[in-house]
Amino acid sequence: MELLYKAVADNGLVAAFAVVGILLWISGVISRHIFGGRIQGSAIAILGALALAYLGGALTGKAKGLSDVTGFAGLALMGGNMMRDFCIVATASEVRVSEAKKAGALGVLALLLGTVLPFFVGVGVARAYGYVDPVSLTTIGAGAVTYIVGPVTGAAIGASSDVMALSIATGVIKAILVMIFTPVLARFMRLDNPQSAMVFGGLAGTVSGVSAGLAATDRRLVPYGALVATFHTGLGCLMGPSVLFLIVKALYG
Amino acid sequence: MLVMFGTALLAVCYLLGIVAGDALGILIGVKANVGGVGFAMILLIASLHFAHTRGVMTVGAERGVTFWAALYIPVVVAMSATQNVVVAFKSGIVAVLGAAGSVVVCACMIAVINRVIERRGVDPAWQNALPSAESD
Repeated sequence: MELLYKAVADNGLVAAFAVVGILLWISGVISRHIFGGRIQGSAIAILGALALAYLGGALTGKAKGLSDVTGFAGLALMGGNMMRDFCIVATASEVRVSEAKKAGALGVLALLLGTVLPFFVGVGVARAYGYVDPVSLTTIGAGAVTYIVGPVTGAAIGASSDVMALSIATGVIKAILVMIFTPVLARFMRLDNPQSAMVFGGLAGTVSGVSAGLAATDRRLVPYGALVATFHTGLGCLMGPSVLFLIVKALYG
Repeated sequence: MLVMFGTALLAVCYLLGIVAGDALGILIGVKANVGGVGFAMILLIASLHFAHTRGVMTVGAERGVTFWAALYIPVVVAMSATQNVVVAFKSGIVAVLGAAGSVVVCACMIAVINRVIERRGVDPAWQNALPSAESD
């Protein structure tokens, strides 16, 4: 037992492969036998992983979910940005160029709306709960775009650290909500073809939310959504401290 | 060895894409990578297309790319397991409402736009033409 424990602790990444494999296998069994295949195995696996992340965070009091628990550290490497982006790029081998081209202009429109709409929802909520200065309002609004746009914008315009934390929390909750509710809302959003996935990628933002949400809905849509979503954070970081901040300043300054 | 060629091609595209994204970020004065993954994807699509038309793409090399594409869902599951869910639960009403509000607004916007696309007519052929890549 001690030998096994040591082997797991010393070989984090490999252990993570085994953990995720077991989780996916259990999820597949649940999907087939309990839900009759109506809920995708990957959706159940992602929900289960989020539940485990809560458990890990509650046990350790740290920020990186299950990977902070001894023996599960490899999950941080396996699920980190490098692996995620590498695999997303690999899915481009499945993109049909003719499909991607059709949604070009629409993707740009979706990206713009996906930055501006969440921003002003965030600003509106913050305003309703008593935040009045343009810097805090902009930072919280930017957090509603993605959890990277929030702190980048906040740092650029000099927000206080508690507002930054609130901004990041907003973005993290948004990403998790997108992960959970994309498969639920897929029919309502008509999310069933490459063009719609690109619109989704632009509007829903957050690469992590989009990639997990599409994976749980229809694996084949992933590269189309990711292709657009990858520009989301950049656009947000560009507009947040500049145009959007100036607008907020003009409105509430 | 041939499998490695595919993975190496993928890696080179990835790195060049990230460099392009960082360069674009510096160019427009943003402290972030702007579309690096997107550039990498476009590079990979272009180089795979080039390799196919030249006939130098082997089944083995192809596998060096598709393996990583198939690993995508497991990686996303691992990513989900490392999210800071506790903070998301605990943080105040502002964060929850801000996030939920923007998700609802965006979902409605997506529904509107996609219904417009649908009315213009979507080619249903892609459903049958794409190889099934379900990996769960």
